[in-house]
Amino acid sequence: MIASFFGSIPAMILLTGILVGVSGALLGSFLVLRGNAMLTDAISHSIVFGIIVVWLLTRQVSGPVQVLGAALTGVLTVVLSELLARSRLVKMDAAIGLVFPALFAAGVLLISIYARDVHIHVETVLLGEIGFVWLNTLTLWGVPVPVAVVTLGAVLVVNLAFVLVLWKELKLTTFDPGLAAALGFLPGVLHYAVLSLTSVTAVAAFDAVGAILFIAFVIVPPSTAYLLTRRLWLMVVLAVALAVAACVVGYALAMRWNVSIAGMMASMTGVWFALALLFAPGHGLVAQAFSWRSKRLDHDCRALVAHLFTHQNTPAMAEENTLRALVDHLRWAEPRARAAILRAHDRDLIERRAGLLTLRPKGTAEAEAIFGKTARVGHKTAGTQ
Amino acid sequence: MSGLADLLSSGIVQTVLIGAAMLGAISGMLGAFAVLRRQSLLGDALSHAALPGVCLGFILAGTRDLGSILLGAFVTGALAALAMMLIVRRTTLKTDAALGIVLSVFFAVGVVLLSWVQGHGGAASAGLASFLFGQAAAILRSDLWIMGGIGLVALALVLALWKEFKLVSFDADFARAQGFPVTLLEVALTVMVALAIVVGLQLVGVVLMVALLIAPAAAARQWTTTLGPMVALSAAFGAASGAAGALVSATTRGLATGPVVVLIATGVVVISLFVAPQRGLLWQALAARRARARISDGRVLTTLQGLANAHRDASYPAERGMLETALGARAPSARIAALERRGLIHPVTHPPETTPHWELTTAGHAEAAALSGKPAGPKDGGAA
Repeated sequence: MIASFFGSIPAMILLTGILVGVSGALLGSFLVLRGNAMLTDAISHSIVFGIIVVWLLTRQVSGPVQVLGAALTGVLTVVLSELLARSRLVKMDAAIGLVFPALFAAGVLLISIYARDVHIHVETVLLGEIGFVWLNTLTLWGVPVPVAVVTLGAVLVVNLAFVLVLWKELKLTTFDPGLAAALGFLPGVLHYAVLSLTSVTAVAAFDAVGAILFIAFVIVPPSTAYLLTRRLWLMVVLAVALAVAACVVGYALAMRWNVSIAGMMASMTGVWFALALLFAPGHGLVAQAFSWRSKRLDHDCRALVAHLFTHQNTPAMAEENTLRALVDHLRWAEPRARAAILRAHDRDLIERRAGLLTLRPKGTAEAEAIFGKTARVGHKTAGTQ
Repeated sequence: MSGLADLLSSGIVQTVLIGAAMLGAISGMLGAFAVLRRQSLLGDALSHAALPGVCLGFILAGTRDLGSILLGAFVTGALAALAMMLIVRRTTLKTDAALGIVLSVFFAVGVVLLSWVQGHGGAASAGLASFLFGQAAAILRSDLWIMGGIGLVALALVLALWKEFKLVSFDADFARAQGFPVTLLEVALTVMVALAIVVGLQLVGVVLMVALLIAPAAAARQWTTTLGPMVALSAAFGAASGAAGALVSATTRGLATGPVVVLIATGVVVISLFVAPQRGLLWQALAARRARARISDGRVLTTLQGLANAHRDASYPAERGMLETALGARAPSARIAALERRGLIHPVTHPPETTPHWELTTAGHAEAAALSGKPAGPKDGGAA
C-alpha cells in the first residue's frame, strides 16, 4: 500500500508540489505581512550560486550539508543587500537589485562552464523538473521514496515546528517590531530565522520548481489569503489550503494540455489571487464597485432631495422639480437621474404630483437635516435660478 | 592583438557589438530614472513579465519574428505594470508583495506558454529559450534597425520631457502642486522602462534584465550629483558593459551573454562604489581617517597647553607618560611625529631624565588657543 503510493509517479509529483506549496505558504504568510516579499525574490535567485558552488565542492546536490551550504547564499544576499543599503551609497531596492542578479549570473556562468549536461541544466535552474523527481529515489524502511519528497518533507516539518513553537513571537514581531524589541523578543533574530528557513526551503524546492516559480509558491497564496481574512491563523491556514488546491488543479490542467507542471501549478496560485482580487467579500474589486455604486446612489438621493427642497414653492418649481432639470441643470446622465428618483421614491422621500416631483414629509425632514432648520427661509428666496 | 582586429572586422561580431552597445545605452539611460525614483525592482517584475509576451508574440507570428516578439513582450510588460498599479491602489497589500505576485505569476504563465510552444512549435521554437538568459550572437543586422528605432524614440522622449522627468524623479509632490500631469509622466517613465526591457531582452534575457537597468545607473550615481551627467554616464556604462559582455560571450563557446554582461556591469558598480571621488568607500575611509587624526592632534595640543598653563610655563616639557595619563590612552606616536613635522611641537630633553619630552612652539600655542578657546598661558617661561 505504502510502497505503491510512493511508487506512483503522479502521486509523487503531486506530493512534491504540495510539500513545496505548504512549506512556502507557512513562511510566506509572515514574509508578506512584514513587507519582505521581494527578499524571497532575491533569495531564490541567488541560491543558484550556492547550489553550484556546493556541487563543485562535494559533487552532490542533495543531503543536509549541501542544502544548508547552498542556503547560506540566500542569507548572504540579504546581508549584503542590507550592508550596501546601510552604506547609503544606494537605496535598498537598488541594493537588492544589484546583489542577487550578480550572484545569479555567477551561478549560471559556473553551471555553463563546469556543469553543462552533467546534472544541472541551465533551463532547469529556472523552471525545475518536477516531472522527474521520481527518478532519484532513496530507500527508507525498504520503500523507495523520491529524494525530493524526503528533503521537502523534512523542511516542512522544520517550518511547521518553527511556526507553531514561535507563533506568539512571530505574531508580535510581525505586527509590532518596536514592542517586540522592548519586550526582549529579538525581532532581528527572528527576521533572519525566517529568511534562513526561506532560503533552506528554496534550496530544497529548487529541483522541483526551479528558482523563480518558487517565488509564486511563497508570495502568492499568502497574499491571496490576506485579501480574504484579517486573522493571522486563518490567513496561514487559507494560504496552505490555496497552495494545495493550486497544486492539484495545476497538475490536472498540465496533464490535460501537456504543458509545464510546475508552471501550471504556479499559474494556478495566480488564478486564485485574481479571483480573490475580484470577488473577495467586502474588499474585492467587485464588492468595491458595488459599494461605490450604492454610495453614489445614496448621495444622489440626498442631492435630489436638497434640490427639490430648494425650489419647492418657488416660481421656478415647475421648471426645476422635474427629471429634465436633473439632466440639464445638475448634468446627470438620464439613467443616473432616473435611478436616483426611483431610489428616493422607494424610500418614501418624494412623490410625483401633477407632473412635478415633490417632497414627502420624510423627504422634507431629510432636507432640513441637510441644510439645518435655520437655513430654510433664506434658501427659499434665493433658490430661483 | 591581430586576433582582436580579425574579430572586429567580422560582420557578425560587428552586428553583435553595435547591438549590445545600443541596448546597454538605452537601458542605462532609462534605468537612471528608475533608480532615482526607487523603482528598481519594478524593472525586475516587468522583465519577468515579458516572458509570456515573448511566447505569445511567437505563437501569433508563427515564427521567430523579432518585431512581434518585442511587441508581445511590451504588451505583457505594460499589463504587468497595470496589474501592479491595480493591486497597490485597490488593496492593502504592500508594494513589494504586489511586485512579487506580478513577477512570479506572469513568469509562471510564461513558463506554461514556453512549454506549450516547445511541445508544438517544432524547430523554430528553439530560439525562444535564449530569451531567458539572452544570446547576443542571435542578433541579426535587420534587428539593429528595430532597436535603433526604439532607442531613438526613447532618447527623443527623454530630451523632450527632460524638465518634467527631472521634477517627477526628485520631487513628485512639488510637480503635482505646480500642475504637472504627474500620473501621466509616471506612466510615461514606466512605459519607457518597459521599452528598455523589451530592447534588452535579446542581450541579457528576462531574468537578469533588472541588473542592466540598475547597475549602470547605480554606478553613475556615485560619480556625479547632476542628473544630466548621471544619465549620460549611465548610458555609457551600459553601452560599455553590453559591448564587453557581448564580445566575451561571442568569443567563448557556451557562455550566455546575459550573465557575462551582468557580471561586468556589477564589476563597474563595485569599482565605482570604492573609488568614486568624494562618495566612494575609499574616500569615505580616507576622510574618516583625516577627521580622526585632526581630533587626535587637537587633543595632544590642548593637553600640552593645559599642562603649560597649569605650570605657568609656556615651554613646559611634557613627557610621554604625562600625555598618556592626560589623554587616557596610548600616546599616538604617529600623531606626535606629524605635529613635530608641522612645527607645532618641539622635542626637548629635560635633564636628568633621558626620555623624550615635548613642548609647544609659538605656532603650537596659537593653534591650541584657537582649538581650546583659552588664551595662551603667562609668558614668564618664554616660548621656545
